[in-house]
Amino acid sequence: MKLLLKGGRLVDPSRNLDEQMDLIVENGKILEMGKNLHHPGKKVTDTVNIIDLKGLVVVPGLIDMHTHLREPGFEYKETIQTGSEAAASGGFTSVACMPNTNPVNDTRSITEFIKKRAATCNLVNVFPVASVSMGSEGAFLTEFMDLIDAGAVAFSDDGKPVMDGALMRRALEYASSLGVPIISHCEDTHLSSGGSMNEGRVSTELGLQGIPSIAEDLMVARDIIIAGYTNTTLHIAHVSTAGAVQLIREAKEKGIKVTAETAPHYFTLTDEALKDFDTSAKVNPPLRSIADIEAVKGGLKDGTIDVIASDHAPHASTDKEVEFEYAAFGITGLETSLSLSLKLVSDGLLSLSQLILKMSTNPAKILNIPKGTLKTGFDADITVIDLKKRWTVDRGNLRSKGRNTPFHGWVMTGRAVTTIMGGEITYQEMT
Amino acid sequence: MKLTRKDILGIKDLTVDEINLILETAESFIEVSTREIKKVPTLRGKTIINLFFEASTRTRTSFEIAAKRLSADTINISASTSSVVKGETLVDTARNLEAMNPDVIVIRHSAAGAPHMLAGMIKQSIINAGDGAHEHPSQALLDMMTIKDKKGRIAGLKVAIVGDIAHSRVARSNIHGLTKMGAKVIVAGPAMMLPRNIEQMGVTVYHQLKEAIKDVDIIMMLRIQLERQQQRTFPSLREYSNYFCLNKQNITLAKEDVLVMHPGPINRGIEIASDIADGPYSVILDQVTNGVAVRMALLYLLTGGKS
Repeated sequence: MKLLLKGGRLVDPSRNLDEQMDLIVENGKILEMGKNLHHPGKKVTDTVNIIDLKGLVVVPGLIDMHTHLREPGFEYKETIQTGSEAAASGGFTSVACMPNTNPVNDTRSITEFIKKRAATCNLVNVFPVASVSMGSEGAFLTEFMDLIDAGAVAFSDDGKPVMDGALMRRALEYASSLGVPIISHCEDTHLSSGGSMNEGRVSTELGLQGIPSIAEDLMVARDIIIAGYTNTTLHIAHVSTAGAVQLIREAKEKGIKVTAETAPHYFTLTDEALKDFDTSAKVNPPLRSIADIEAVKGGLKDGTIDVIASDHAPHASTDKEVEFEYAAFGITGLETSLSLSLKLVSDGLLSLSQLILKMSTNPAKILNIPKGTLKTGFDADITVIDLKKRWTVDRGNLRSKGRNTPFHGWVMTGRAVTTIMGGEITYQEMT
Repeated sequence: MKLTRKDILGIKDLTVDEINLILETAESFIEVSTREIKKVPTLRGKTIINLFFEASTRTRTSFEIAAKRLSADTINISASTSSVVKGETLVDTARNLEAMNPDVIVIRHSAAGAPHMLAGMIKQSIINAGDGAHEHPSQALLDMMTIKDKKGRIAGLKVAIVGDIAHSRVARSNIHGLTKMGAKVIVAGPAMMLPRNIEQMGVTVYHQLKEAIKDVDIIMMLRIQLERQQQRTFPSLREYSNYFCLNKQNITLAKEDVLVMHPGPINRGIEIASDIADGPYSVILDQVTNGVAVRMALLYLLTGGKS
């Protein structure tokens, strides 16, 4: 079976391409690309599925390098199946899933289990991120070499930051020597302890204990200093503060090997979203101030922030329909990530190519996976985007089990209409 | 005039007209409590539930007496543990109560926003009797009523609120109320007790008692919660009382006719000296008396009464 994608606007940041071209897919790989292709490959007799993509954009399959699939252990929040469906409908062909499952992904058997379940679902490539420390308890390193053999692409104690600087140093040295990144959730838990939202005017008015922006800044600074000292590779997760953006910018100028991601809610919402105690906007790091939003946007524009990742954190209603300070942190994000990010393009902050760089090519590069490109010979992971498609977010219609979105009722412009993984269509928008 | 809102969740939401309506209605109820038979039939057949998730003597009793003097039936529920510990969610507890058709649910909860969550989910009126460090609207209303009674006005007065502002719902509700009514509000306490950006709520900030109470008309002392010492809110009670206890020496810095207020319960000798608490400036017990009238007014107005 072959696919001929005709008449779309091909945007492939991996080779600075942005023009109308056709694309042929065969045996799950990208076979050929060019103008006005009529027959796929040489054998004209093969069955060909021709898809007319006039007016649509064709990009390398989107990669979400920060997702929580919750399985094993928290299947009531999300499963690899429902998370995969959410990913495909959000335009993603690959996701990297965080290890804070139960048990924590700290051993080969868990990594293998995740890979196996993901293969059965077969809707999205799942790249497990294993934990830095056993049980993410911050004491003993996991078996990095064995976990990489089993399929882990990065290490992170996401959600339970590595407070011990010596452990972080060892983790960075070991991971770097093996060619994989450490993804650091930067939060000084002494400063953030007891907090449930950003510290500032809104938390003061609501009487809620705040999480100060310096809780993030301090750990970003620490990790950058360790990475610089040890000449290792560091990736900073979910940047939310102006201070962190500036620290990363300066580190890059100094030549320290640091990359960074942010999530759509950090350039879309401020802590004002919590004024009525809306637990669906309770997230960690917390929604910050308007100045932080501007700084995050500045970081996206000048390349300080390399990646937009959803930090998809689905929760059940029982985790969220409780008193604000008892509510779980997290926003379900796979199905709104692309649309919220496309706003950066329509607002003129990023070109479409720059956005796809941050949602596909860069994550592939950071995770060292052969993805994020439409070059011939690579896996046919392709996302087709309709930039003009208007749709309304309805939490009742999400594929994810998590309904915890602060964007319920928002009218979005632009979304993925077809998602292709390894040459197979994994999502097709109903017209 | 009628109160058109369903719930009383915080002073922040109230307009000046609404505050005046409540205070005027409360004035008219003062007299009821002085009668030999302290009861009017106004709320006969109405059911008021006091749902208290946090210990309270004064506020709960005050709401109960207010309801009973209006002839409403009252039920007190004291849930000593949080809903999380108890195993039933707050929402389920509230829905069960809703199904029994009360008219008003008065709720106190240690978590900020708990009454707001319920208000959005159930059809009955909710009165916030204190949610975490967020708001305590009936307290601010009785404070404003007391100030108005004693001073004849609120606008133009200088009010100093002293103590652990960060953890005080009384402070927040009073800041909203007093600034709306035209008073100038000062907050004071050691730096650890002043939350970030508090000045953006329209108050002036001081870190010394002596500066804060200079030439003020009203001093509102807040209760020091002894258990907060562990949370590094202050170094020691000794230091706090040495520098922040209102006593007969430092009170001379305030205006001669200063009023001393306290939401109670007081820690004698810690934030307030006994001779001040019991002295001529103190209106602490007037506050308690007015509390009943204010809560009668709230129950009356929420169940459809007119001024």
